[in-house]
Amino acid sequence: MARMNRIAAVVGLATIGLAGAGVASLALSQGRINASSTAPGVATPTQLLTQPIPDGAPNIDQIRQGQYLVKMGDCVSCHTRDGGEPLAGGYGLNTPFGVIYTENLTSDPDTGIGAWTPDQFYQAIHSGIGPHGMRLYPGLPYTYFTRATRTDSDAMLAYLKTVPAVSYRPPANGLPFPLNIRFMIRGWNLLFFRPGDFKPEPAKSAEWNRGAYIVTGLGHCGACHTPKNALAGDKTGVPLHGGDLDNWVAPDLTSNMRTGLGRWSSDDIVEYLKTGRNAHANAGGSMGEVVSYSTSLMNDADLHAIATYLKDQPASPSAAAYDPDPGAMKRGAAIYSDACASCHLQEGGGQPRIFPPLKDDAVAQQGDPNGLLHLILAGGRTAPTPTRPTPLSMPSFAWKLTDQQIADVATYIRNAWGNRASAVTAGQATKMRARLGLKTVHLTDNSGDHG
Amino acid sequence: MATRLPSVDAVLVGFGWTGAIMGQQFCDAGLNVVALERGVWRDTPTEFAPTFAQDELRYMWRHHLFQNVADDTLTIRNNTDQQALPMRRLGSFLLGTGVGSGGAHWNGQIWRFLPSDLKAYSHNLERYGKAAVTANDMTVQDYPVSWEELEPHYDTFEKLCGTSGKAGNLNGKIQDGGNPFEGPRSAEYPNPPLAWPASPAMFAEAAKKLGYKPFPHPTGNVSKAYVNPLGMQLGECTYCGFCEKFGCGNYSKASPQTTILPYLMAKKNFTLRTECEVLKVETTSDGKHATGVTYVNSAGEEFFQPADMVILSAYILHNVRLMLLSNIGKPYDPKTGEGVVGKNYAYQTMGSVNVFYKDKIMNPFIGAGALASVIDEFNGDNFDHSGLGFIGGGYIASMTTGGRPIEMIYTPDGTPKWGMEWKKAAAQNYLRSSLISCHGSVMAHRGNYLDLDPTYRDSLGRPMLRMTFDFTDNERKMSAYMVDKAAEVGLAMDGASGIKKNYRKGSWNVVPYQTTHNTGGAITGDNPKTSVVNKYLQSWDVSNLFVMGAGAFPQNAGYNPTGTLAALAYMAADKIKSDYLKNPGPLVQA
Repeated sequence: MARMNRIAAVVGLATIGLAGAGVASLALSQGRINASSTAPGVATPTQLLTQPIPDGAPNIDQIRQGQYLVKMGDCVSCHTRDGGEPLAGGYGLNTPFGVIYTENLTSDPDTGIGAWTPDQFYQAIHSGIGPHGMRLYPGLPYTYFTRATRTDSDAMLAYLKTVPAVSYRPPANGLPFPLNIRFMIRGWNLLFFRPGDFKPEPAKSAEWNRGAYIVTGLGHCGACHTPKNALAGDKTGVPLHGGDLDNWVAPDLTSNMRTGLGRWSSDDIVEYLKTGRNAHANAGGSMGEVVSYSTSLMNDADLHAIATYLKDQPASPSAAAYDPDPGAMKRGAAIYSDACASCHLQEGGGQPRIFPPLKDDAVAQQGDPNGLLHLILAGGRTAPTPTRPTPLSMPSFAWKLTDQQIADVATYIRNAWGNRASAVTAGQATKMRARLGLKTVHLTDNSGDHG
Repeated sequence: MATRLPSVDAVLVGFGWTGAIMGQQFCDAGLNVVALERGVWRDTPTEFAPTFAQDELRYMWRHHLFQNVADDTLTIRNNTDQQALPMRRLGSFLLGTGVGSGGAHWNGQIWRFLPSDLKAYSHNLERYGKAAVTANDMTVQDYPVSWEELEPHYDTFEKLCGTSGKAGNLNGKIQDGGNPFEGPRSAEYPNPPLAWPASPAMFAEAAKKLGYKPFPHPTGNVSKAYVNPLGMQLGECTYCGFCEKFGCGNYSKASPQTTILPYLMAKKNFTLRTECEVLKVETTSDGKHATGVTYVNSAGEEFFQPADMVILSAYILHNVRLMLLSNIGKPYDPKTGEGVVGKNYAYQTMGSVNVFYKDKIMNPFIGAGALASVIDEFNGDNFDHSGLGFIGGGYIASMTTGGRPIEMIYTPDGTPKWGMEWKKAAAQNYLRSSLISCHGSVMAHRGNYLDLDPTYRDSLGRPMLRMTFDFTDNERKMSAYMVDKAAEVGLAMDGASGIKKNYRKGSWNVVPYQTTHNTGGAITGDNPKTSVVNKYLQSWDVSNLFVMGAGAFPQNAGYNPTGTLAALAYMAADKIKSDYLKNPGPLVQA
């Protein structure tokens, strides 16, 4: 889920569901019937991850467990490049320091992990050290994976060795000096990496501890949802308080009533992770991938464990009271009525599980409005899942609303119906628009409303 | 030379409603399926985003979602004495193209035929005598399918679509507020009816005063958020008034896109190829077995796609044409009445009544594709036709499909077509008028048929389809009868200051727009001498060829066709899965 810079996820590059169809069609519209997306034998990530493991191998249980853990770790989201085979790597992680390309995890002995030993694999995810002793960049979230047990590590490798070999070598990382010297990672690790096993809390239930093992381990939720310091290390004092994920916001997962999961029940969390939607929110953007390729494929017991652990996180501090500008609210209300209400309804109640309610919505009320601005500017797409395959989408308003209008409607959404969050300025919308590379409103001479 | 591709279990030719239904049914049964669609890919967020979906000029008038008649059209004439000419601009009907096709830009009117519609020949023969079913050279036939057989499949489609409506006959018990004339239903509609705005509510009041039993139009414009049996989600209809000719960006209208496609596209055993036009169904040298289809892609490259089953799931006009181009089945000859392919082409007889009001505001822009109150007293054989000189009928409905500003400004009789007086009348009447539709049947007639045009060819060099069609006195008398009945209701509407009757008079004309309910030409029956396909839509001549769609209708009833053609497709899919796959061959012995 550290797969950053995911504008593309919104417009639907993901190779699942309807968006996958769009890709297929794009290729086929050229009349190339042997396009990779339709060539026999090439699976989508979901198809690969749900492919039954046939009986026969002596360590069949271990392989099946490994397949499950690869889902839990959401390996496929980062280790699949656009248009590439699942798990063959080559996806560029857009870190604050430069681009890091993910490794090939298929069983190819030369370019993948086919020749790795269980010790080498465990060393990689537990200690962040590669098979030849070089330090791995923390794009691989070994700061979390370090808590995975040796048994789980061995199972993951056993499964990955059954993934059909793809010969593919990812490009060299695009990191500037001195970050291109792997030795530098040792310093970063000294500051931010505490290798070690998962330590259960004996005072808590087995379910809570299972949830903690997943959330702080293979699930690596904090990789996005915990705020980062200037060197991209976790601010460990404020776990899961919400993070700035490139052009998205990974919301607060604490019990905060406005910005966090305070209004969600455990069952709400389970439903969201399983189906990508619940009475409060729909999963889109990077979280949409997490749901599609990871949580929707996990078992109910583990989803309940995650919920139990998350519901036990103390609330983050509440934001100060704030009185929005009445002018902005009035303008924003008019824009909302015209542009948003047909799906999210006039009173912000939405159509739960289809078009999310905006009243009490956490993304709308995050301190950082970038998630909301991103959605308004670029649109959004709800993750398709096995039980809810519709990739419900919100259109882009970048071409239709000016930055001032976007700021006004964002301010309105953040403060209508009992919501409360800081005002949004046109400058913030302009900045996000530039970061997303989206064009401004284009008014022609006869559009009637220019000047 | 066509490139030969790996064989599949089934190839679908055309990817609208029936293609999507058959694809889902086959893939869930584990078959390896390829669908070929001549048009482009279309999905809800890319093509129908609510930021631009309601663009009347683009979609309605510039035909954004319709077939480009510069590439391919058909020729048209009223009778065999005329020279057929190509339809160079879409008019009376708007042919779809692309993924979802008409299912993307329909109104969402989901009807079941009456039990007696399925027995149009024997029922009318018994009640009115031989002359009633043979006058005007009528060639009316029974469906080989009973109401009881078809009912469960109607139910399946209604649940797929999240259909909003009110049952009128639940397991034989008449229900208040529903259509008392419908055949017995096994279940209530999955969603409650849409709410009526002014005009349908006033029509219902007036109809009740006259002793009729008005009911809400059943529709795939869903009234409540809905999850269908495939897990697909639909949102509550916003009454935006842009269904017909438009795609729905709010996920509120049942279409292949909103009810099936994301579910189906995720399947590994399903492949869709767009911009691939099928040229011909290939057969073995004895012509008794289809080996697959030859198609051409947008680069002009030809491919042969072998398949164990070929499913023609394009629009009826294309299905019939492909059969004729592939020399499958005997072409119909109107002179002798022999042959079957192209036989019993039928359509719909549309009449209407405009109602004008001095003070009442109708707010016509609060609309939806099938937002209507309906009376069914004059449909099918729900009334005594003795002495009327026609058989058949239709429903009468106050529909508020929208208040689209170019298409839907109605002015009273005598208003000039342009200028100051027109503007005054438009301003006065836009909010103060409404329309009552008379949606009538078309019976089958000996001279109405489809064949290949001897003169005109499409951009790929293939003969165009030729349509020979006219209304007969049967339809004209029916239209006059229905419009007069509708006018009585219109005049009884509270505050009505005037009406305008629009009868269907004279010959059928290719303009103006009437409806895209073309039927017949590949009709279903119980005898290969008089029909193209059996009750499971299986070709009598080529048993691994199935022909979907309203082409199967022996004549057209007074309802919109989609519910029935979808039910027939589900019935065929069930039979193929339960019997044909185990033992390929004719499912009905001739």
